[in-house]
Amino acid sequence: MNSEVLNTLYIQTQGVYLRLEGDTLRIEHEDVTLRNVPLHHLGGLALFGNVLVSPYLLHRCAQDGLEVAWFSESGRFQGRLAGPVAGNVLLRQAQYRALDNPSSSLYLAQRFVEGKLKNARLVLQRAVRERGETEALALALYEHEAALRQLPQARSLDEVRGLEGNAASAYFAAFGDLLLSGEFRFDGRNKRPPRDPVNALLSFVYALLTTQCTAALEGVGLDPQAGFLHALRPGRHALALDLMEEFRAWWADRLTLSLLNRKQLTLEHFETRPGGAVLLNEEGRKVVIVAFQTRRLETVQHPLFKEPVPVGLLPHIQARLLARYLRGDLPQYLPFVGR
Amino acid sequence: MYELDDVFPEIIPAPSLPQEPLPLSALAQYTYCPRRAALILLEGEWEDNEFTLRGTRAHENVDIPQGLLREGVWVERSLPLWSERLGLTGRADVVEFVEGVPYPVEYKVGRRWPRELARKAAEVQLCAQALCLEEMFGQSVMEGALFSKSSQRRRVVQFTPELRATTLATISALRKLLQQEHLPPPAADERCKHCSLLGVCMPEVPQALQAWQARQTS
Repeated sequence: MNSEVLNTLYIQTQGVYLRLEGDTLRIEHEDVTLRNVPLHHLGGLALFGNVLVSPYLLHRCAQDGLEVAWFSESGRFQGRLAGPVAGNVLLRQAQYRALDNPSSSLYLAQRFVEGKLKNARLVLQRAVRERGETEALALALYEHEAALRQLPQARSLDEVRGLEGNAASAYFAAFGDLLLSGEFRFDGRNKRPPRDPVNALLSFVYALLTTQCTAALEGVGLDPQAGFLHALRPGRHALALDLMEEFRAWWADRLTLSLLNRKQLTLEHFETRPGGAVLLNEEGRKVVIVAFQTRRLETVQHPLFKEPVPVGLLPHIQARLLARYLRGDLPQYLPFVGR
Repeated sequence: MYELDDVFPEIIPAPSLPQEPLPLSALAQYTYCPRRAALILLEGEWEDNEFTLRGTRAHENVDIPQGLLREGVWVERSLPLWSERLGLTGRADVVEFVEGVPYPVEYKVGRRWPRELARKAAEVQLCAQALCLEEMFGQSVMEGALFSKSSQRRRVVQFTPELRATTLATISALRKLLQQEHLPPPAADERCKHCSLLGVCMPEVPQALQAWQARQTS
């Protein structure tokens, strides 16, 4: 599956060969030409897994300042082509300036939280539609509405974090009501270590999603550690965690719920250690990874694009929109909101 | 087809916001040298040397099989531990359950220098593990052991009121350290000789810089 998003060509088909043919990029697979793309249409290449690129195409990309980034098949960032024109310095400079500027930091934090709240609301609304309202669901929906109303008036990062925190605790208080299978219970979020199967699963899926968001930011040349909503700490991918807020409920939590409600995971996929720490076992991790990869390949409608885009590309799209906003090319950053 | 290693990010020092749980291992680092703990937790530095690599190896081959070891003793390796009350998280190398009572055993390569301080660091870490176990199992844990890989010997550690007080004090000191922006000054003593972070710490530089400035102005 290959697609162009914001002029970045994403190649996810394994065994594809890319080469330069005049001023055109030729995509070949087993000696068959799949497609020709004029180079001047492209802003960058994102290559997942076993994708071969001819040296001459790489030379040309370096010369023209076309961004080339490599990812593993599962989406982990591997490296980026560094040509003589290092445009990233301007992007990173803009990122750090925004970080030093309280109003742009606040603006971005608000947008990430807005995305989180709207997507969480979708998950709650769907549950109410499908299964009727419970007290906890009604309260969580109310908290999300309230937080969304107050968010634009927030004056500081702490206020934004407070609104997010309130909504999140109401959300997790209702999350147990979304589980159909009697086998699993959920009495609130805990981690380090998770202490029940649902929390173990959430932690694992969030970890998968974090790598996707980190990779996407690396891919466009943003510093994944320099976040706006999350506090800065060495080794912590604060911006990846910021970006992830948009996807937690819509992608990770929904995947978690469908794995449990469709009984693709049972208690046998978990291991409980003495004292109460709970982990997915190897078989369980396999089930989750396969489901996660399948979801990456499904397509959805992004509010800003006509064509449906694969779920796996959403973090890349959002990272690029963020980069465009930071460079002043876009007047706003629009978080992804599903439907 | 799906590489598990691939989907997990590289191992990085645990995020260390003041309100987040502290890694148990950081307590030993802090006791040995506060600057070392700060370099690991605040600056994200980690360098291996002969000693840390040996330490890692020693932990890898904690060579006791999981399960029933001898009459009445159940052995758990690499057991996740935490304390909600104290804000701690980490793992124990080994926890033995002697008739249901948890007994932590920490593996050390041994002969870190200076020996007194290294021992104290290990005791504080072990005691913090005991505090976690007490909270997790609702039982008092009065004793644990340090196992030296080199001498293949166990040394019993009593969790006395003094050791518990020292451990609690270390927890609050570490928390305070994480709130400050600056690194504590280097130890610049015999500890540095065996420290893997010697290269990034540069303990001799602050004094040398002072001396240099003095020479310039005189």
